[in-house]
Amino acid sequence: MAKGIEIRTSPHLKRVMSVDKIMRTVVLALLPICAFSVYQFGLSALLLLTTTTAVAVLTEWFFARASGKGNTVSDWSVVITGLLLGLTLPPGFPLWMAAVAAFVGVALGKALFGGLGYNVMNPALVGRAFVQAAFPVAITTWTPAFAPGRFAELIPSTLTLPFMQPIPVADWVAGLQMDGWTGATPLAIQKFQHIELPASDVFTGMIAGSAGETSALLILICGLWLAWQRMLDIRIPLSVLAGAALMALPFWLLDPGHYPSPWFVLSSGGLMLAAWFMASDMVASPVTARGAIIYGLFIGMLTVVIRLFGGLVEGVMYAILIGNAVGPLISSWTQPRVYGATKKAKESE
Amino acid sequence: MKDQSAVLDSNLAPRDGKGSELMKRMQKGLVRLFNGHKTFDHGIYPIEHKELTAHKPIRRMPFADELVIPLQQHKGRPAIPLVKVGQEVVRGEPIAVADHFVSVPMHAPATGVIRAIGLAPTAEGPKTQAIYLKVYHAASQEVLYDLERDPERMTGQEIIEAVQDAGLVGLGGGAFPSHVKMKPAAGHVIETVLVNGCECEPYLTCDHRIMLEQTDALVRGIMMAIKATRAERAIIGVEDNKLDAVAHLRARLPKDLPISVEAVQSKYPQGAEKMLIKALLGREVPVGGLPADVGVAVFNVGTLAQMGDLLPKTRGLIERVVTVSGPAVKNPGNFLVPIGTPVRFLLEQVGLKGPVGEVILGGPMMGMAVSSLDVPVTKPVSGVVALEPEHPDLGQRQVYPCIKCGECLNACPISLNPSMLGELAVAREYESMAGEYNLDQCFECGCCAYVCPSNIPLTQYFRIAKSINRDAAARHYDARHPDPHPHHYDRHKDNKTHH
Repeated sequence: MAKGIEIRTSPHLKRVMSVDKIMRTVVLALLPICAFSVYQFGLSALLLLTTTTAVAVLTEWFFARASGKGNTVSDWSVVITGLLLGLTLPPGFPLWMAAVAAFVGVALGKALFGGLGYNVMNPALVGRAFVQAAFPVAITTWTPAFAPGRFAELIPSTLTLPFMQPIPVADWVAGLQMDGWTGATPLAIQKFQHIELPASDVFTGMIAGSAGETSALLILICGLWLAWQRMLDIRIPLSVLAGAALMALPFWLLDPGHYPSPWFVLSSGGLMLAAWFMASDMVASPVTARGAIIYGLFIGMLTVVIRLFGGLVEGVMYAILIGNAVGPLISSWTQPRVYGATKKAKESE
Repeated sequence: MKDQSAVLDSNLAPRDGKGSELMKRMQKGLVRLFNGHKTFDHGIYPIEHKELTAHKPIRRMPFADELVIPLQQHKGRPAIPLVKVGQEVVRGEPIAVADHFVSVPMHAPATGVIRAIGLAPTAEGPKTQAIYLKVYHAASQEVLYDLERDPERMTGQEIIEAVQDAGLVGLGGGAFPSHVKMKPAAGHVIETVLVNGCECEPYLTCDHRIMLEQTDALVRGIMMAIKATRAERAIIGVEDNKLDAVAHLRARLPKDLPISVEAVQSKYPQGAEKMLIKALLGREVPVGGLPADVGVAVFNVGTLAQMGDLLPKTRGLIERVVTVSGPAVKNPGNFLVPIGTPVRFLLEQVGLKGPVGEVILGGPMMGMAVSSLDVPVTKPVSGVVALEPEHPDLGQRQVYPCIKCGECLNACPISLNPSMLGELAVAREYESMAGEYNLDQCFECGCCAYVCPSNIPLTQYFRIAKSINRDAAARHYDARHPDPHPHHYDRHKDNKTHH
């Protein structure tokens, strides 16, 4: 009977949960968004998502092997990075540039810091920030959603040869003869022409934009499901959105003709996807409860500040990267109050 | 073979049956939302597994051939043996006396002969001195050390002395001598006695059965505790997974007594002293302080039931109620077990379904796995839980880096930052763990390690860090106090002040 008796330290029970399960669930939550993106933009979006994910996975595999860590792809976190990156790029983004973004994101944004758990910033956004700076034209070239024949042919720029300028799409878009196409996203139209597109269209995603950022409604549903599964700290997306709305409100009240309404701010651009799936990245966000709220509000407000007063149309990417950078500081400011700690004890420390 | 597959099925059922598990969780959530039972912040909801034994009345366990009675089953100094090898003892006879105030005596759990006094294995690891008692199976096993007395006529001080003489310690697992708690340091006033009937550890049901079956003794014990501590009232806190016990106690409590019963949420670690005080009274024991600092003394229901039973008869503690349960046990139940019964004997009596993995003394959250089945049941052992090998709740699971998910912060009942503490432990920043992140407040409840999706052994990290800090503090002390004769030093100082 005593043979092979096992000894472990308490606790002897463990919750049935693991990192790879969390990551797989996040991937699952992203899949409907990916599917909608493919439905909206066709084959190009499919190829784009496949490329970023494949390159991200390969990069992770290579660096894990090179650093003797074994197979870290199996924790699934790199798949999230790949999919998220693909979703933030314009649907016709040249594939070779997307591959560069995925490589840079995983290599510089994650592997360099020591892999999962040690990255300071969201790797997908590091990759996107890199290509935003490197390929400013390609990353602001938008193509219409629901283009006819989108499942039969690719957007011409998708297959740009490596190290070449992206193939211009203007002629191709003109050939589609789509009514009302201006080549700009709702955010850009609002920013530069001060025309607000109907928020309902923007919210449901019947517009131009990055591959997976257009349907705020679908992102909201997927994010809520993930939060209900208790695999997402709902405090972060809610405070990002609250921060953005609060920041936009006074300006809109002052001059509704010039500034966007809070409702438009929330449903446009990449804010929804960023709030639910990128700001909430566990590794790069503060670990304390109060810290998460401050971090979220900070990102939301910064996003609107960049949108309204910066040179860029969309500010959420840089807002999150800056939020990631100050996250550890916010964490250390917001350490929880220990049971039984009195004010006096704290002061004497 | 058939048996074993059945075992597996029964164990996997609650985990795989996702639908039923979800329903259970939703039901629990609704109960939590609407019943308004009090609780503390954070904590976890492990699967309770109490249905295995909750309905099983307490039964007497037979005597093993040999009982092993360690001299230190409590916090404080070990007892000093009174008996010699070869001496015959009668059940209930004192066999070791308390060494000063923070210590308790031992009583013979059975009639028999002292075979040896020597080292015995413990769950903690190092072997300790113990009395080996060979049981006379032919003896009547009657307790002859009986002297009727009326607890109503005893003064508080007499009760405190009688509690020490009875060898009573915290039977909930704390093992702190009960009489010490009854006598708080000068300047402290005990206003409320909290009676801990939470039993928040999974599998354990002994306190539940005690509340149902030993109600009168429990009430007597509570009145004694009130008298000894000069408290105004007592509150019995019971988790709301034992509402039958709440109803039973309310029905049986005489109306004129200052005792009330309150249901608290079923949440681990509700039974921890600090958590119970927070839940029932809304007070927090100050950092580094004791419950007496907020006018409270906490006693486990098992301790008080024994007190109410033993004191009127002037007896000592020789047996206790133990839940023997777990997925590897064939006939789980609640048993009245003589102190010193080897775990091996208990498991033989209840039968095993197959090979065992871990055998845990106490509950699975805070209990200790034994390295040998010769380890005896001691006073604080409330349960013996036998898990199967490769138990799916434990298996060798992959450890990932911390992903800062924050689950541990949401679980820690003391509101520590286990994620940060874990990283500091890996970096061996032990001083910073204690100095900046309140490591010393951790009472090793295991919530952080339980929830961690990365399977980081946080609780174990903290245990190691604390012991390293203790060693460092001791070395520091030794370096500053080179005098090997502290008594001599004291006298010297005394002389100085007198002249």
